[in-house]
Amino acid sequence: MSTDRRQAIAAMLGIAALAACSDGSTPGAARHKFNSADVSGSSWGGDFHLHDPEGRVRTLADYFGKVVVVFFGYTQCPDVCPTTLLRFKKVMKILGDDADRVQVIFITIDPERDTAEVLKAYLPLFDPRFLGLRGSAEETAAAAASFHVFYEKLPGPTPTSYVMNHSAFGYAIDKGGHARLLIPHNLEAGEVAQDLRYLIEN
Amino acid sequence: MRTLALLASIALMPIAALAQVTVSSPWVRATVPGQMATGAFMTLHSSEDAKLIEARSPVAGVVQIHEMKMEGGTMTMAAIPSLPLRAGQDVALKPGSFHVMLMDLKKPIREGDDVPITLIVETAKHARKAVEVHARAKSAATPSDNEH
Repeated sequence: MSTDRRQAIAAMLGIAALAACSDGSTPGAARHKFNSADVSGSSWGGDFHLHDPEGRVRTLADYFGKVVVVFFGYTQCPDVCPTTLLRFKKVMKILGDDADRVQVIFITIDPERDTAEVLKAYLPLFDPRFLGLRGSAEETAAAAASFHVFYEKLPGPTPTSYVMNHSAFGYAIDKGGHARLLIPHNLEAGEVAQDLRYLIEN
Repeated sequence: MRTLALLASIALMPIAALAQVTVSSPWVRATVPGQMATGAFMTLHSSEDAKLIEARSPVAGVVQIHEMKMEGGTMTMAAIPSLPLRAGQDVALKPGSFHVMLMDLKKPIREGDDVPITLIVETAKHARKAVEVHARAKSAATPSDNEH
């Protein structure tokens, strides 16, 4: 692993630790204990300006009133990305009727290969409500930066057989558009559902 | 005539003495049109110390053996030169660890497709053996704990 990568990861975790401490709430006030890392009040989880598979521009404001779960990945990944999508499929099932108050958004960090057609066909395999967003290289970089997402492209033997390394956290944003939770990749579906239910109800 | 038969059997001996490599529950994650890569998963078992050094498949332009790792919340994926197979131990290629990465796919892999994969296994004595695998394509939304 390159020094740059180590530093990027260390910086990211540092921000997470900091964010988890500085919530901006009244000192001593009782605070809900989430299973995920609480990043309320931090700059974690900003906005995005991307496109849905129909070509419409999408920003976070389109989903105000819903709890939004964002995560970054790429469909060419046979491992973590489908596993994460499957976990959110389970989460939606656990939430039952409340699942309609949650919008799961998959942002591709590989817009070169993840075309609108690929995203349109791929996401509904997990849940018809899941949305795949993509942007230009610049829009993708801007969205990733606002969520402190690290990603890098590792060249392969041919121009199209590269792999991507990327941070695998999920982000939960409350109904008012504020970043609240950093969801670790290995949290159980039941624990994620519990956290989201709190954000739906509060 | 008897001498010839004896010679023939001696000549075949190194092949017969090669490691027995068995593959169980092979499957491939199906793709949607336009998707250019996917992974194959299976459990390998070798009767003696060996290593998986290569994988080939007619469905893909590039086939690699990949290892997935999570480091501090970051997913890294990298091609590895070989995968050790310890004598008598199962080695699972599954989401969260290793997989055969099929890239530059020649066409989409549909659920139910039979995907031929050839594994090249090398024993500790540098003898090479080709193992033919037929992996069935399952839905992209197949859980990692699915083995059948």
